[in-house]
Amino acid sequence: MKTFLKAIPTAITLTLFLAGCGPKPEAGTAGKAAAPAGDVIRIGHVAPLSGGDAHLGKDNENGARLAADEINAAGGVKIGDKTYRVEILGEDDKADPREGTLVAQKLVDAGVLGVVGHLNSGSSIPASKIYRDADVVQISPSSTAIKYTDQGFKTTFRVVANDRQQGTAMANYAIDALKAKTVAVVDDRTAYGQGLADVVEKVLKEKGVNVVAREYTDNKASDFNAILTKIRATKPDAIVYGGMDDTAGPMAKQIHQLGIKVPMLGGDGACTPEFIKLAGDGATLLSCSRAGEAVEKLPRGAQFMSKYKAKFGSEVQIYAPYSYDAVYIIVEAIRKAGSLDRAAITAAVAATDYDGLTGHIGFDPKGDLKSGAISMFKVQDGQLTYLSTSR
Amino acid sequence: MASFDTFLQQVFNGLVLGSLYALIALGYTMVYGIVNLINFAHGDVLMVGALTALSAITLTHALVPGLPGWGLMIVGMLAAIVVCILLSLLIERVAYRPLRNAPRLAPLITAIGVSILLQTVAMIIWGRNHLSYPQLLSADPIAVGPATVTATKLAVIFLSAVIMLGLLVLVQRTRLGRAMRATAENARVAGLMGVNPNAVIAATFAIGAALAAVAGVMYAAVYSVAHFYMGFIPGLKAFTAAVLGGIGNIPGAMIGGILLGLIEALGAGYIDQLSGGVFGSNYQDVFAFIVLCAVLILRPSGLLGERVADRA
Repeated sequence: MKTFLKAIPTAITLTLFLAGCGPKPEAGTAGKAAAPAGDVIRIGHVAPLSGGDAHLGKDNENGARLAADEINAAGGVKIGDKTYRVEILGEDDKADPREGTLVAQKLVDAGVLGVVGHLNSGSSIPASKIYRDADVVQISPSSTAIKYTDQGFKTTFRVVANDRQQGTAMANYAIDALKAKTVAVVDDRTAYGQGLADVVEKVLKEKGVNVVAREYTDNKASDFNAILTKIRATKPDAIVYGGMDDTAGPMAKQIHQLGIKVPMLGGDGACTPEFIKLAGDGATLLSCSRAGEAVEKLPRGAQFMSKYKAKFGSEVQIYAPYSYDAVYIIVEAIRKAGSLDRAAITAAVAATDYDGLTGHIGFDPKGDLKSGAISMFKVQDGQLTYLSTSR
Repeated sequence: MASFDTFLQQVFNGLVLGSLYALIALGYTMVYGIVNLINFAHGDVLMVGALTALSAITLTHALVPGLPGWGLMIVGMLAAIVVCILLSLLIERVAYRPLRNAPRLAPLITAIGVSILLQTVAMIIWGRNHLSYPQLLSADPIAVGPATVTATKLAVIFLSAVIMLGLLVLVQRTRLGRAMRATAENARVAGLMGVNPNAVIAATFAIGAALAAVAGVMYAAVYSVAHFYMGFIPGLKAFTAAVLGGIGNIPGAMIGGILLGLIEALGAGYIDQLSGGVFGSNYQDVFAFIVLCAVLILRPSGLLGERVADRA
């Protein structure tokens, strides 16, 4: 009797284990055989849904889902005599390059026809190889690192400006608006932060500004007192930080707490309402750039903002409008290609000529946005105030 | 002289960090001294303390808007201490006591499991985002000589010193302290002398948890963020500090914690000068661990010598 009782949990475990094995649903992994099950077009979306960037990842995913719901409500996608509905497969890459590749493979195996993502450049770049190998088009709504499109893959695109433009704009702002003669540069050693800081440093040096300190941290750190104390001793006129808002916010707070009365210049990763919450008294130090137009100033922008708030109950962080446009671009490409073949869709995306929410969208041969713009913002009265746009 | 001012500021930064590490390290060291178990879930008890305090503070602020900042802080800390003590007693009873006499590996893995469990439950309860901590004590910079401090950081150093002193008094001068020392030396013989080892072990976990709760609230107050995995890195660093000072040794944990904080702050500040520009400030963690390796190679039982239970 005792042996029999002991065998039951083992039997249950074995059954569950065997149930997990077995034929997987048929899904193509390269080029042609990507026919969806039923009448569904699957579009993947990858962003960090947990960790420090979770609020930004959710923001992007909301934008994508809003687009999908609108397309489905308007009748779906007609190809030939079949009507398809769009389904967004949302995945969490935890802003980690390794997770990004795992999730990319998962989406490719699930038969997606395109991917909107990833959010972080550090995750987009390794994942792009997987998408390239499977001919799955990848449109990033927020990755700005130069390396992303410099790889020369046919499948990588982005609907935002890149860090070459952003770094130049930031450096020019430091010189023209902040009148800085000496600058301290800090980055978080991610593909995004490091790339952006390097561009800013290069442009500043070219224009004769003295970069008095170059410090590093990482994207999970919370204590910046040591490097800020070092920077304080070099007496810079401005502190440039390449990194996301979950580190930029505490850093601004610690700058304030150390009595360093120096403006802080950040990139698009720091340019969020969440930054203001995390930075507390140090928030007013920040001026930052965004790798796109100021959406609220665009014709359909204000309407999008209110639609988003009505549906999700929160404000847009930064790039929801861009993931929204990215979904529409993929769907437009499917319509133009007239088929569900991944390679055909990729070619159609490359030839995109689309008037989106974020402006007119066309891609150059590398996959960069043809008319990328950089908008500058400053924190005033507890919110991000628009300053100017450079094109 | 600018470089001396910077040095003093870095020392102050190190003291703040070190005080936090010392409080957490005490929890590790006391538990190890008494049951030979590295409680990997300790860092997550800290996290639960910080998040509980945040919820308590938010709730109290909504109910009693007029309460001043330090009042909210005290309410938050009390709530965190109560919850963490109960949590820690529960973990000890359910996860560790049944494995009291098992081979060393089993409770170790259980501790890791408890850590993952706590993180996931916290993620479910408090969400996945970084939550910002309200500014309860003033964060305005105050110049104390050449260093710039804030009220919060001064409170951390002061409170940690008071608590560590209190703990030393508890361990050396009270009956409970004597019972703890006796159980740490030899649990069976202590039992023969009329000490209830189970009660003493539970009390040790509870005291460690209370310290972690206070450390968690102060950690969140200094850095103004709290989230479900905030306990992992401080826990790891504090464990390193405990080993540095001599595991099982209470003054050792205090010294180790403060020393590690100083090493990290000074290391991050001076590492690129020391290495001739080869290593930048992003290697500050590496610096701390290299020091740990050096101490363990040259003096394996830690700086003040380890004190481990005699498993006769």
